[in-house]
Amino acid sequence: MPAFLNQLPIGLSIGAVLLLIALGLTFTFGQMGVINMAHGEFIMAGAYTAFLLGDLLAALPVAFLVAGVMGLVLERAAIRHFYRRPLDTLLLTWGVSLVLQQLARDLFGAPNVQVPAPSWLAGGVGILPYNRLFIMGLAVAGVVAVWVYLTRTKLGRRTQAVVQNRQLAATSGIDTGRVDMLTFFIGSGLAGVAGVALTLIGPVGPALGTYYIVDAFLVVVAGGLGQLRGAVLAAIALGLLNSYAEFWSDASLAKVIVFAVVIAFLQVRPQGLFVLRSRVLT
Amino acid sequence: MIRRHLPFATVAVIALVAAPLLLEPFRLGLLAKYLCYAIVALGIGLAWGQGGMLTLGQGVFFGLGGYSMAMYLKLAEGGGLPDFMVWSGVEELPALWVPFANPVFALGMAVLGPVALALVLGTLVFRQRVRGAYFAILTQALAAAMVILLVGQQGLTGGTNGMTNFFELFGQDLAEDSTQRGLYLVVAGVLGVLYLATRQLVQSRYGRLLVAVRDGEDRVRFLGYDPALVKTVTFAASAGMAGLAGALFVPVVGIISPALLGVVPSLELVVAVAVGGRHALAGAVLGAVVMGYAKTALSEQFAGGWLYLQGALFILVMTLAPKGVVGLAGRLRRARTT
Repeated sequence: MPAFLNQLPIGLSIGAVLLLIALGLTFTFGQMGVINMAHGEFIMAGAYTAFLLGDLLAALPVAFLVAGVMGLVLERAAIRHFYRRPLDTLLLTWGVSLVLQQLARDLFGAPNVQVPAPSWLAGGVGILPYNRLFIMGLAVAGVVAVWVYLTRTKLGRRTQAVVQNRQLAATSGIDTGRVDMLTFFIGSGLAGVAGVALTLIGPVGPALGTYYIVDAFLVVVAGGLGQLRGAVLAAIALGLLNSYAEFWSDASLAKVIVFAVVIAFLQVRPQGLFVLRSRVLT
Repeated sequence: MIRRHLPFATVAVIALVAAPLLLEPFRLGLLAKYLCYAIVALGIGLAWGQGGMLTLGQGVFFGLGGYSMAMYLKLAEGGGLPDFMVWSGVEELPALWVPFANPVFALGMAVLGPVALALVLGTLVFRQRVRGAYFAILTQALAAAMVILLVGQQGLTGGTNGMTNFFELFGQDLAEDSTQRGLYLVVAGVLGVLYLATRQLVQSRYGRLLVAVRDGEDRVRFLGYDPALVKTVTFAASAGMAGLAGALFVPVVGIISPALLGVVPSLELVVAVAVGGRHALAGAVLGAVVMGYAKTALSEQFAGGWLYLQGALFILVMTLAPKGVVGLAGRLRRARTT
C-alpha cells in the first residue's frame, strides 16, 4: 500500500470532523451571522458528556441536548441583543468561551481524560479503522438530517426564509425570534455531537474546542455562508488538503499552505463556493 | 488650543517624568510592557475602531517584529551560534538569519516585514471585497498558522520556548536599571509620537474617508473612491505599529515566544481596545494599559479566577457599554451638563 493512499482516509476523517463542526456553524454563523467562538466549548461539553456517560451511542442524543440547551441559554441571555452588530458577538462569545473553559478545568481538572472506545469499534477494514468510519458515517447522517430539516420541514423552510430576508419573513408572519432560538439550539446541539465524535480520535480536555474552531470557520468561509453543499465540499477539500500538505511538506507548514490556498481560492470566489444571491446593499 | 492639548500633555508629563522617578525598576519594566501592548492597541484602534476591520491577527505582526529584534540580539551577542540552535543540533547559521546581524536591517524588517505582509494580504482580500466576519476569520487563521509554523521550525525559531536570554542591546547591559529606564522612555516616546501621528491621520481627509468606508463601503465606492486601497493602507499602518511594538517588547521583557502572539493574545488586545473604547484612540491605549495591569495584578492572586473575571468583564462590556470606558465617560459628562 503506497503511503500516498494512506493519507486518504486520514484526510477524509479530518474532513468529516470539520464537517460535523461546520454543520453547526452553518446554522449559527451561516444563517444568523453570529460568530460564536463558544462553539468550540459546546464541542468540549459534548465530549465531556460522553466521558460522563461512558457510552458512545447514548451520549450522542444527550450531548446534542446538553450543547443545544447551552446554546439556547447563550442566545436568549446575550446574543439576541447583538443582531445589529454581529462582529461584536465574536468578542462576547469569546468571553463566554473563556468562562466555560475555566469551568471545565474546575469541574473535570486540567489534565486530559480518555473516553474508552466501545469494543465494537476496534479493528477496521483495510486501511480504514472502524472509529474513523463511524465518524464519517456520523457526518453523512448529520448532513442528511440537516438537509431534510431545512428543505422538508415547515420549521426548516421558515429558517431559510429568515436567512434570505429577515424583514420580509417577519412581515409574512414568521416569528423570527423563535426561529432564531431554534436555529441556535440545533447549531449548538450539532457541536455537541461533533464533540462525542472527537472522543473517538483523541483525549478530551478543557481546550478541546480551540483546536478545531479556526479550521471549522475557514470551512464556512470557503464553502459560502449558510450553504450546506458548500460546507460539505469545503470540509472534505480542507480535510484532504490538511493531510496531504502535512504529508508532502511537514506538519508546521501545512496550516500555512491551507491558509494560502484559502486566500487564493477567495480570489476566484470571494464569497465562497456557493453564494446566496441578494440585491441587498450593505 | 491649549485646552485641546492639555489632556495629552498631562499624560505625557506623567509618563515621561513622574513614572520613571516614582516607580521602582520592576514596576517600570511592567509599565513599559503595557505600553508596548498599547502601541499594538493603537493600531487596532485605527484599523478596527476607525476603519471597521476587525483584525484578529495583530499578534502575527507583533511576532514578526519581535522575532526580527530577537534574531539581531542573539547574533549581536557574538560567541557563535545562538544557544537554542546548538540545543536542536543546527551546525551552521541558517541563511535566513545572516542579514539580521545588521541592526538597521533587523529594525527595518521589524516594521517593513509586517507592513509588506499586510499590504499583500490586504490587497488580496480587500480587492475581492472580502470583509466583515470573513476578514476577521482569515486573520485569526493566519495567527493560528503562524504559531504552528514557529513551533515547528525549532532550529530556526527556538520552537515553543521561543528566544530568551538576551544580554545587551547596542552595547548596553540589559540587566542594568539605567538601560531599562532608557528603554521605557523610548517606548513611551514612540507611543506618544505614534498617538499624535495617528490622531492627525484620523482628523485628516483620509481619516474621514476611512470612517466613511467603515460605515458604508459601497456608498464610498459609488462616490468614486477606492475603499480597498484605503483599507489596505490602514491595515498596513496598523501592522507596522504592531511590528514596531514587537521589536520594542523583546528587549523590555526579554523573551519572545509563540505563546505571546497566537490567537489568544491577539484577541486579548482587541478586547482591551473594546474595553477602553474602540472609537477613540485614547480608549485603545487606555484599554491596553489597564487590561495589562489587571492581568498581572489579578492573575498573580487567583490564577483561575482571572479567567472568570476576564470572561465576565467582556460579556458585561459588550452588552452594557459597547463604546467602552471612554464611551461611558462621555455619557457621564453629557448627563452632567444637561
